[in-house]
Amino acid sequence: MTRDSRYPTLSADAMASIRAVFFEECEENLSALETGLLALQEGAEDWEIINTVFRAVHSIKGGASIFSLDALIDFAHLFESALSQVRARELALDGGIIKTLLKAADALTDLVRAARVGQEVDPAVVAPLIDELANLVAVVAEDDDGFGDLAFTPVPVTLDSLEGPGSSTGLTLHFRPAAELYAKANDPVLLLQELERLGAMEVTLDRSALPMLGDLQADESYLAWTIVHSVGDADAVREVFEFVQGDCQLEIIGETKPLLPQAEIAPAAATPVEAPVASNSQAAANPGQTIRVDLERVDRMIDLVSELVINQSILIQRMAAEPLSNRAEVNAVLEDLDKLTREIQDSVMAIRAQPVKAVFQRMSRLVREVEAMTGKSVQLVTEGDATEVDRTVIERLSDPLTHMIRNAIDHGIESKEQRLAVGKLAQGTVRIAASHRGGRIVIEVSDDGAGINRERVRAIAVERGVITADANPSSEEIDNLIFAAGFSTSEAVTDLSGRGVGMDVVRSSVQALGGRISVTSVEGRGSTFTLSLPLTLAVMDGMLVSVGGHSLVAPLTTLIESFQVNAADVRRLGPSSAILTIRGAPVPLLDLASVMGFASDQTESGRRVALLVEDDAGGRAALLVDEILGQQQVVIKSLEANYRNVPGVAAATILGDGRVALILDVSGILALQRRTFATPGPQTQAA
Amino acid sequence: MSTPKTILTVDDSRTMRDMLLMTLVDAGYDVVQAEDGEDGLVKLGDRRPDAIITDINMPKLDGFGFIEAVRADPANRSLPILVLTTESEMDRKERARMAGATGWIVKPFNPTKLLDALRRVGA
Amino acid sequence: MADTQTIDTRELISFRVADQEYCVDIMSVREIRGWTPATSLPASPAYVRGVINLRGTVLPVVDLAERLGLPTSVPSERHVIVVVWIDGQLVGLLVDAVCDILAVTQDMLQPTPDIAAQDVQAFVEALIHVEERMIGLINLDHVLPASQSQAA
Repeated sequence: MTRDSRYPTLSADAMASIRAVFFEECEENLSALETGLLALQEGAEDWEIINTVFRAVHSIKGGASIFSLDALIDFAHLFESALSQVRARELALDGGIIKTLLKAADALTDLVRAARVGQEVDPAVVAPLIDELANLVAVVAEDDDGFGDLAFTPVPVTLDSLEGPGSSTGLTLHFRPAAELYAKANDPVLLLQELERLGAMEVTLDRSALPMLGDLQADESYLAWTIVHSVGDADAVREVFEFVQGDCQLEIIGETKPLLPQAEIAPAAATPVEAPVASNSQAAANPGQTIRVDLERVDRMIDLVSELVINQSILIQRMAAEPLSNRAEVNAVLEDLDKLTREIQDSVMAIRAQPVKAVFQRMSRLVREVEAMTGKSVQLVTEGDATEVDRTVIERLSDPLTHMIRNAIDHGIESKEQRLAVGKLAQGTVRIAASHRGGRIVIEVSDDGAGINRERVRAIAVERGVITADANPSSEEIDNLIFAAGFSTSEAVTDLSGRGVGMDVVRSSVQALGGRISVTSVEGRGSTFTLSLPLTLAVMDGMLVSVGGHSLVAPLTTLIESFQVNAADVRRLGPSSAILTIRGAPVPLLDLASVMGFASDQTESGRRVALLVEDDAGGRAALLVDEILGQQQVVIKSLEANYRNVPGVAAATILGDGRVALILDVSGILALQRRTFATPGPQTQAA
Repeated sequence: MSTPKTILTVDDSRTMRDMLLMTLVDAGYDVVQAEDGEDGLVKLGDRRPDAIITDINMPKLDGFGFIEAVRADPANRSLPILVLTTESEMDRKERARMAGATGWIVKPFNPTKLLDALRRVGA
Repeated sequence: MADTQTIDTRELISFRVADQEYCVDIMSVREIRGWTPATSLPASPAYVRGVINLRGTVLPVVDLAERLGLPTSVPSERHVIVVVWIDGQLVGLLVDAVCDILAVTQDMLQPTPDIAAQDVQAFVEALIHVEERMIGLINLDHVLPASQSQAA
């Protein structure tokens, strides 16, 4: 990478680092921009919000100029002009204009993101918005004669002839500073020094205005200078004085160009008052101090704390096996250690926890886009923005939420006409609410649309072979059919929900997070999807079992119950499969040791303990194990990151004894087994 | 070896602060940073700089307010203050001058011009 | 050991696998540790013995003898695990014992003759003759299963 020629003193690395900072800041500015505009849309009348919005765009433009991101600069400049007029109260805000500004914010976001990765946004996409903004700006400009509040005061000019003092190629300057010049830390000495850099000169001091010492006032100006300069470039000379032009009298004599009156620009008489408003209402509450921390450091700390937890487990285990004379004391200390470790773990996880607000905010833009594409009118209501969840989960929330909202608008909410026809408001509402419940985070996505069309769902399910024609599923069961693989009620593959992005994809991504998803619906009134996720992907509650000499962990969320197997209840099916009847329903019985490929000395019939597990699709199985070792919280180690994806295995963990235990992926195990089944398993028979 | 001169930079944009920091440090200055006018006044109280470079658009206390506050103290009479302005707001430059700014630098700044401007105001 | 180090001298660490000797570039080796029992992974090729705990990291272990198609023995304390970097991941290679550290120059490397079985050719990118030993230089990129689609 070569150095930027405009910043030759900065290394390519330095520029790259500042560029990274710039784009980080852009994200913050874009977020503040959207928040501010949304607040204005809600009717907030705080002027500080407008200032914040202006500054956000101004800042982005400033940084873009450094890196010559032309498309971004041009758009930001236009956007800034519009906002500048709003700020100057030359452009009044109304619903339509705010909508335009919101669209401009979206476009700006796209331009920033494209610039970040060196791509371009299709100009055709941005062009109509540019027109809209240009129109806004033009309307105001027409009212302005372009001169602002400038007033010209002509200064008398003495046209000394060519016989004036000094050589014909040089200049003569008369310079008399006003008191204000000194008050702004300008210094004639420095100005004279600058002049000298241009070339040789002769300086004569004019002390005529200097009073007697007793009458001398420290902040007045009494001195003037006459400078005979050898250089004839009047522009260069004027540049030297550019900072002080309004605070002095400057005559330049001997210019070869016709002299122009030096206009002394009187201060703008009445600029609209914009006193810095000390406002209490800041867009985002900022309680207490914050510091910026490198995410890598936090991740590292969480890893170390997780290992501390494991290590402490090992210690407790080893100590339990030791013969000790003072066991009670030791146990007490170990208990304290355990408590402390868990507290540290909680505190550290809290550092990385973020409010879901960031994800929810992205959804408001999504709603605007889908509105535009479908022609429907939808408002987004969010609740529980401040609910916090670990970073590992936040990042993976975006996709399922996006799909669910698209789905809600595309399929749930009716068109304006349809809604009015049934007595609803033309504008539909999509509500996303987050809350903590039972040690998990629960997110509800609800709409006030038409609800699930059960007739159609049932029909399509039969058509796709998901259920048999004579099956008689309950309303709830029908609702859950939409999660079946390949299920889509759209005949046409729409841009939004097409390409296989159906609820089955949503369910798999939620499952991959260790979560569950379900739906309830009232025909004509709307549907509510409920998403339940663990608070972090770093730790998990599991049931530890021993299988074929290995330890395995079954996620507690998948566990229904554990029980003793009665040989009498086991029925064979085909050459290698077995079925257990549990409360009247048949459930496949799987020998976990053989499924996992563990060599074992115990035969299947020797095992009597089983876990009844259920995956999120409602598929159930009974897993035969050697022994149930107990419930335990485990630290999740990604197998994918360390090795690769292994079917049937969700992740790994390290137990107290230092050995690696695999965490079961129940859906994966059921899938593995299904391949050996001749007929499809009983999937929809959720009890 | 003379002690390096200190410049106080006041700007709410981290990007700009970093750019100024690197350019100034490279040229041998010490730099103190502030993120808005209020912070600028605090930092000014901590350690007197040889010059100030400030942005105009900032939250809490903007450039104008900051400059006025600085000039309000007669002890700061000869403390040079340069404002960062963009091409499109040269009228703000005038207002800054009225508030007491010594001179200005146009954004995106040219490092040579930045250092020139500092020299011209004696820093 | 060579007295003079030239730029194209590489250091290799060699180890015994079944009755043969193989080596890898020492720059790829992170550490060498004793054997611990591995937790098997389902639906994995036979040469992937499973995973072990490497100070909190889950480390997959490849039985090099199995991978090369050589006679294998039941892993025990007498075996050694050579922890190497492969494409940004840490992997453990199960070998019988570590032999030597060799400094070799480019001209000491000879191409593997066509006579070798296809698998072996893929892994052994060169042969080195030292004294009377023939040591195969392992190409680590081919040690692990090719891709996820092949794993199941």
